[in-house]
Amino acid sequence: MWQALYEELGSHGFVPFTVALDQSPEDPRPYIERASPTHPSVVDTEHVVAQLYDIRNVPTMIWIDEAGRIVRPHDAQFGTDTFTQFHGKQSEPFLAAVRAWVKRGRGSLDPATVRSHQPVPTPETQLARAHRALAWWLHRQGRTQAAERHFLRAGELSPGDWTIRRGSMPIRGIHPMGPAFFELAKQGVPRYATEALPLSGADD
Amino acid sequence: MTLIDGERAVVVPASIGGETVRIAPEALREATGWKLEPRGLCRGEVCVPVRRREELADGMGVDLAAFARAIDRPLALDVAERAAALGTSAAERSASLATLEAPDFRLPDLQGRMHSLSEHRGKKVLLIAYASW
Repeated sequence: MWQALYEELGSHGFVPFTVALDQSPEDPRPYIERASPTHPSVVDTEHVVAQLYDIRNVPTMIWIDEAGRIVRPHDAQFGTDTFTQFHGKQSEPFLAAVRAWVKRGRGSLDPATVRSHQPVPTPETQLARAHRALAWWLHRQGRTQAAERHFLRAGELSPGDWTIRRGSMPIRGIHPMGPAFFELAKQGVPRYATEALPLSGADD
Repeated sequence: MTLIDGERAVVVPASIGGETVRIAPEALREATGWKLEPRGLCRGEVCVPVRRREELADGMGVDLAAFARAIDRPLALDVAERAAALGTSAAERSASLATLEAPDFRLPDLQGRMHSLSEHRGKKVLLIAYASW
């Protein structure tokens, strides 16, 4: 998907930069190899990008302009319609908005709007990330029970953070699309699916 | 004691009593870059004043939890496992995001080649975070 968009818009000074928030390069490998991207496509096992941008669920997209400034903060958008039946969002309005931004400079948000929609971390969400980092390290040391304690503590501290709660499920031997996921989904995702920003389409 | 700080995990000598972990000032400096000085805790040009010095350090070393509070970083500590992770400050991250400057990072692709966001300055970048889970 992103490779096709890159081929379409790359000559207009545009680049997609994909970041997989996964435990191991092996997890996203099938997706990446199928797409054979020529744009940057990286794996973030330590959740560096989640920490830097305060990302709590995926997929999410951030628009960054030529000067390296955030002109549209992350919100719930999708590049494909694979999961439209779950979240009810279609990819086309978003992709049309990206095209309008790249080709005609439309759709950047003013700084005040970006700031008001940019999530910011709290001491609790940051402590949760520290527990997640400790859990992930303990897990890789084979100290599974101790790791489980800290994954749970991280989830308690930041219940809306799916990069922690759902992202840790495969590590903890829980199916990320199984009953535990649907239980989590019932609780909703604060500041994610509910707060998608308006899009300016190709016809604006 | 293993101290995890970002991608670094450093083994530091520590004395442990109950839930309190103390690290000798020199070991702390090697592990974190922070040095205990008469004016406070310092790293490079940055110094953080320490109000109650007796709570931060005694003859056994620097209290790890008090150290984390002093530099405003969250600490996940597991005394039984002899491991702790230092997180990043909510205030520091919030201030950084408020500038709207996209934070830079460097991460590997499947071939291990490193890519940074700042390499693409001058282009419009769509940063896409996703996962296989």
